[in-house]
Amino acid sequence: MADSLIIKNLNASIGDRQILKNFSLTIPKGEVHAIMGPNGTGKSTLAKVLAGHPDYTVQSGEATLDGQPILGQEPDSIARAGLFLAFQYPSEIPGVTIANFIRAALIARQEKGAPFDAKAYYAELYAKMDALKMDRKFTSRFVNEGFSGGEKKRCEILQMMMLKPKYAVLDETDSGLDIDALRIVSEGVNHMRGPSIGCLVITHYQRLLEYIVPDRVHIMYDGHIVHSGGKELAVELEAKGYDWVKKELASA
Amino acid sequence: MSENDESQAQREAIEVDRTKGDFKYAEDYAFDAGIGLNPQVIDYISKVKGEDPWILEFRQKALKIFNDLPMPTHWATQDLDSIKFDSIRYYLAKGQKPVRTWEEVPEDVKETFERLGIPESERKFLAGVEAQFDSEAVYSRMKDELEKQGVIFCGPTEGLRDHPDIFRKWFGKVIPAGDNKFAALNSAVFSGGSFIYVPKGVKVAQPLQAYFRINAENFGQFERTLIIADEGSEVTYMEGCTAPKFETATLHSAVVELVALKGAKIQYITVQNWSANVFNLVTKRGVAEEDAEVRWIDCNIGSRLTMKYPGVVLRGKRARGEVLSIALANDGQHQDTGAKMIHAADETSSNIIAKSISVGAGRSTYRGLVHMPKTLKNCKNNTECDALLINEHSRTDTYPAISVRGQKNSVQHEASVSKVSAEQIFYMMQRGLSEGEAMSLAVNGFVNDLVKEFPMEYSVELKRLIELQMEGSVG
Repeated sequence: MADSLIIKNLNASIGDRQILKNFSLTIPKGEVHAIMGPNGTGKSTLAKVLAGHPDYTVQSGEATLDGQPILGQEPDSIARAGLFLAFQYPSEIPGVTIANFIRAALIARQEKGAPFDAKAYYAELYAKMDALKMDRKFTSRFVNEGFSGGEKKRCEILQMMMLKPKYAVLDETDSGLDIDALRIVSEGVNHMRGPSIGCLVITHYQRLLEYIVPDRVHIMYDGHIVHSGGKELAVELEAKGYDWVKKELASA
Repeated sequence: MSENDESQAQREAIEVDRTKGDFKYAEDYAFDAGIGLNPQVIDYISKVKGEDPWILEFRQKALKIFNDLPMPTHWATQDLDSIKFDSIRYYLAKGQKPVRTWEEVPEDVKETFERLGIPESERKFLAGVEAQFDSEAVYSRMKDELEKQGVIFCGPTEGLRDHPDIFRKWFGKVIPAGDNKFAALNSAVFSGGSFIYVPKGVKVAQPLQAYFRINAENFGQFERTLIIADEGSEVTYMEGCTAPKFETATLHSAVVELVALKGAKIQYITVQNWSANVFNLVTKRGVAEEDAEVRWIDCNIGSRLTMKYPGVVLRGKRARGEVLSIALANDGQHQDTGAKMIHAADETSSNIIAKSISVGAGRSTYRGLVHMPKTLKNCKNNTECDALLINEHSRTDTYPAISVRGQKNSVQHEASVSKVSAEQIFYMMQRGLSEGEAMSLAVNGFVNDLVKEFPMEYSVELKRLIELQMEGSVG
């Protein structure tokens, strides 16, 4: 199982709050997994811990990306190793255009001093923007500054498509999206789906999973996965509600 | 990562790369005015330079003014008291005369400037270059066609000696010796700098450039620059400054006077990258006559303390003045910078955009003065000062002084303070950028709209300097 994102018995906290408790999950490359669960159950913490966020402390456990350990690495090394996090609340970077930001991220992946093919870069950028129905003018806007919720999420997907990660974690990508934006963003993700990428879609609602149909669905509660199943689990969860998780699955 | 490790990593990420300027050569000077400041030192400098008696008199008067004026610590930083005027060397030269071909420059000096990339940049895009090593110019060259058009580009000694009719009229008039303590000091011991005259209607398309290099320890560099743009002419001047890393304080105190006659345009660009031991106390002021424009572009990187407030006296109708400044204060540095706009005629307009970046325990201060007396009408000023803090320990202060009276005059003032947050850094690092690259990108974003105003070559140079500052030792 070298070609997988493997998380084993992960325990992590922020301050003195224990959030991830013996969390384990394996995402084989080529598959899309969804994690659903009530608010405050640790879904976003999982995303941030995997990406190496400095606010979280990992007590024990391991996470490997195609066999390469990532816990304890700097966020930029983890990113360059092939993990992409689509943020729930992406930061604004005033004065830095989207085009320059993505270019800087690509150059960071090159060997130092290697030439950068700007022509090919723009050709690809424009093609992906067309796919996401983003106006060309977007390239000269500053990263996330003054963006609507939908624009921010589309910009995250654009970055993902340009950086071509091995694994992508999409944290509540559906939050703040109307139906049209949801459809466009989902098309972007579906467009990337294939044997060379593994995706972890974190969501509170089943709605997103109508557009990005997952191979596996996991229900997370109190810092770990309490139930796993196929795509029909999302529908079942929607019908029964999170009380079902709390009462039956958590106590099981 | 513990908090200590984190601040250590942050310090490393932003540690200044001074390797490019941090080297020095033997101090074998043929002319050395000795240590300390007294009338004999002034006599010595003037004699070495073979100056007219009136210049010696000007110097001696200025020395008296310097001695009489108090240190401005009542409003400025107490750190000024750390300057030991008695242990500074005020004039050091190897007996060099500026030469016109690079081959004639002495080997060690040549190597110094080669390492700084100077003749290389000249070949690319400059109309003229002057290089100053400690007190005197070692190299000065201008394109022949400019010389044929009557453009003068030389040092103050040559300017006052060979073209007294042009330069004497304005020398010390825009900034008199009594303007402030450090202008007085410069007036007493000035040596080196540029004297430029651009004749009526001549538009110098490419920039003229000067490099100032301090090589000797405990040395004071006091260059003096006077640029006169005659009616309808245009000129851009660029200066770059470096010094090696010394243990003891070194003083740089320049005076720059600009005169833009009717309809003339002067653009003066400074990119200084002083090492962290340099006290950089510079007085810069321009006069803009009717329909003339004076524009200061001032990038202050490095130094222990910089105090510099470029100003424009808008003396003729419809004159325009502009100051665009960027200051970057790293650990242990204080950038006390700003701008002065003195409106002295109707329909004059001025624009000030000042951006400061404070890194680590760095401190930046903005001081602005905008003056519009009540006798004037239809004058405009726009002032924007923005500060960016990189972490908790950095500090920024803003002291704007705006006095506006009279009818139909308008003033706009905006100020902002922002911080590069840990979340922003994490976001950028998640895209694969190192911490240093992320900070450098954030800083470049912050100064982006200002840098766009710069001529292309300088914006590239500035971006590179910011990257060096922010990335430092991070590989």
